[in-house]
Amino acid sequence: MTKPGSHAEREGSQAELIRRSLKRRYRKERRFRLYGITAISIALFSLVILFTDIISKGYTGFIKTTVTLEVNLDGELMYLNDAADPEQIAMADFQAPIIKAMQEYFPEATSRADMRELSRMTGSYASNQVRDLLKENPDWLGTTRTIEFPAHDTVSVYVKHAGDAGYSIRLSEQQQRWTDELLRKGVIDTGFNDVFFTNGDSREPSNAGILGALIGSLLTMGITLVIAFPVGVAAAIYLEEFAPSNRLTDFIEVNINNLAAVPSIIFGLLGLAVFIGLFGMPRSVPVVGGLVLALMTLPTIIISSRAAIKSVPPSIREAAEGIGASKMQVVLHHVLPLAMPGMLTGSIIGMAQALGETAPLLLIGMVAFIVEIPDGFFSSATVLPVQIFIWAGSAEQGFVELASAGIMVLLAFLITMNAFAIWLRKRLERRW
Amino acid sequence: MSISMSPAETTIEEGKTVGIPFSDDPKFHLRNVEVFYGESPAIKNISLDIARNEVIAFIGPSGCGKSTFLRCLNRMNDSIESCQIKGSLLLDGQDIYDPKRDVVELRARVGMVFQKPNPFPKSIYDNVAYGPRIHGLANRKSDLDDVVENSLRKAGLWNEVKDRLDAMATGMSGGQQQRLCIARAIAVSPEVVLMDEPCSALDPIATARIEELIAELSESYTIVIVTHSMQQAARVSNRTAYFHLGHLVEVNDTSKVFTMPEHELTESYITGRFG
Repeated sequence: MTKPGSHAEREGSQAELIRRSLKRRYRKERRFRLYGITAISIALFSLVILFTDIISKGYTGFIKTTVTLEVNLDGELMYLNDAADPEQIAMADFQAPIIKAMQEYFPEATSRADMRELSRMTGSYASNQVRDLLKENPDWLGTTRTIEFPAHDTVSVYVKHAGDAGYSIRLSEQQQRWTDELLRKGVIDTGFNDVFFTNGDSREPSNAGILGALIGSLLTMGITLVIAFPVGVAAAIYLEEFAPSNRLTDFIEVNINNLAAVPSIIFGLLGLAVFIGLFGMPRSVPVVGGLVLALMTLPTIIISSRAAIKSVPPSIREAAEGIGASKMQVVLHHVLPLAMPGMLTGSIIGMAQALGETAPLLLIGMVAFIVEIPDGFFSSATVLPVQIFIWAGSAEQGFVELASAGIMVLLAFLITMNAFAIWLRKRLERRW
Repeated sequence: MSISMSPAETTIEEGKTVGIPFSDDPKFHLRNVEVFYGESPAIKNISLDIARNEVIAFIGPSGCGKSTFLRCLNRMNDSIESCQIKGSLLLDGQDIYDPKRDVVELRARVGMVFQKPNPFPKSIYDNVAYGPRIHGLANRKSDLDDVVENSLRKAGLWNEVKDRLDAMATGMSGGQQQRLCIARAIAVSPEVVLMDEPCSALDPIATARIEELIAELSESYTIVIVTHSMQQAARVSNRTAYFHLGHLVEVNDTSKVFTMPEHELTESYITGRFG
């Protein structure tokens, strides 16, 4: 107190020091915040680009090009007297009436080459469509019917992507003229691609659909969930609550953590060797796919379930033990319900991983070309990501947009699945 | 102010307890109890009787082993793998640590209330009904209702919660939660209630409420209470046991301990020279 001046001076300089350091600290904070915002912006920007790209390329996959023709189902033209006779059906020419119907619009196209080009305006399954219609309705023979055919892949690409540098137009000058003409007349038209949601795979893009893969994914995921979730949760509970901590359990723990990092294709090899080789299960079926994916998902579920069990407050455990609840009662009545939301979160992550998995399924034959929609766990099937993989590698240009559309379906499937799981988790949390 | 007598300077003779540690009609008969966590001893050769229907308070500085000793009485240390217990611990003449002894049955007879209120995240009703349910004490809904009402009445909580038995227990105040935990403990009609610092997380009013409750409960239960508050020990207990560094230094009638402690360590502690 003898030198108030110097004291105040000292105080002043100290305050100045703090002020200066404060400035530095705030600068640091601002800089850090900027880094964070930049990181998030980059992530969001990439996401926007990804989605824009997929949607802009893929939305045309949801549009189909059709050719609607008045077809005279003339028996003479098709060499068919009796549509109920399977032998005659097998021999008949169903392409002829379609060409004939097209010639109504272009009477000048009579040469063999012209007729071939005309026949390539409709999809290659158009004649099969006529055959099937006649098989179902033998009395249509000799009548004139309005039939909607899917347009040929090349026509469809021309209609949807004329002028788009990303697509090459594989129509002849004459076919392009014809297409323009038919478009004007409303014979060729575009509409919502219902075929995409009702068909299985096909060699012809206009005939190919995602339904087979969607059902295949559902069946496979069903098996995965039914096996991986109970086994994973049971393993986690045992390891966390009952297992003695010794060298064996340490070894198991290390191996579970390692398994979570094993490349998924290894699980495919395992499935091939064990389920198909050793147990003699059929190839390409959802059961085997589900089993393989369950093995792949198990470590994720076990690890996250253990974390969820660990995070249950010990006070709750003690409370139950203090009243005289047995170990099993403590686990079932208190630990499990409290850990369930966390376990579900882990399972969602595992299942989402499994849903997008391609590599292990290639090895067990789920990459086969499968037209039929699977009707059970033991019928041949493929899954969404594999279907996308197949389409993305196909030569026909129509498959490119189908692959993008398939990605959108896969994403929608994933979002639906996650939304359901989150809803379930919220419900469980509220109950407790 | 200097501390004239640090604990290290006073020698404690192992196994030697001043006062009156034994009783003619013991509920708990504890002899030469030793507890180890791994290699390090937490309780060093303690012998004590806890009489029927008495309230005994365990006091002592932090880390003196009073909670550890309390938790031995209903085997709550079982879940700690490194914990080893030696000596003879008898409840009504039967060995608590007999390997053949069912720990579930033991805990149904020796209930426990913890330091922090720990109600289950369930309704008030379900909290109290949990014990009777798992032990199959009440099979009919009306019986269970009676048990719940009686327990809540004994815990002095009935009038506050009778209109909202379905409300979540975690939504109550801290003091109410602790009384609920007491109601939950006595719902299974235990013979002994162990209380591990039951008021340490509560405000003075809630504490007073719990202390009243302990006085009421002491008519029908044997109560062992660990507390950091000497005033509390003085108010609620018949006998007080002073623990120090794993030793049981002195046990005597509460009035005697707080007015004329025999051991100098006890005296230093209750006069606030350390602890």
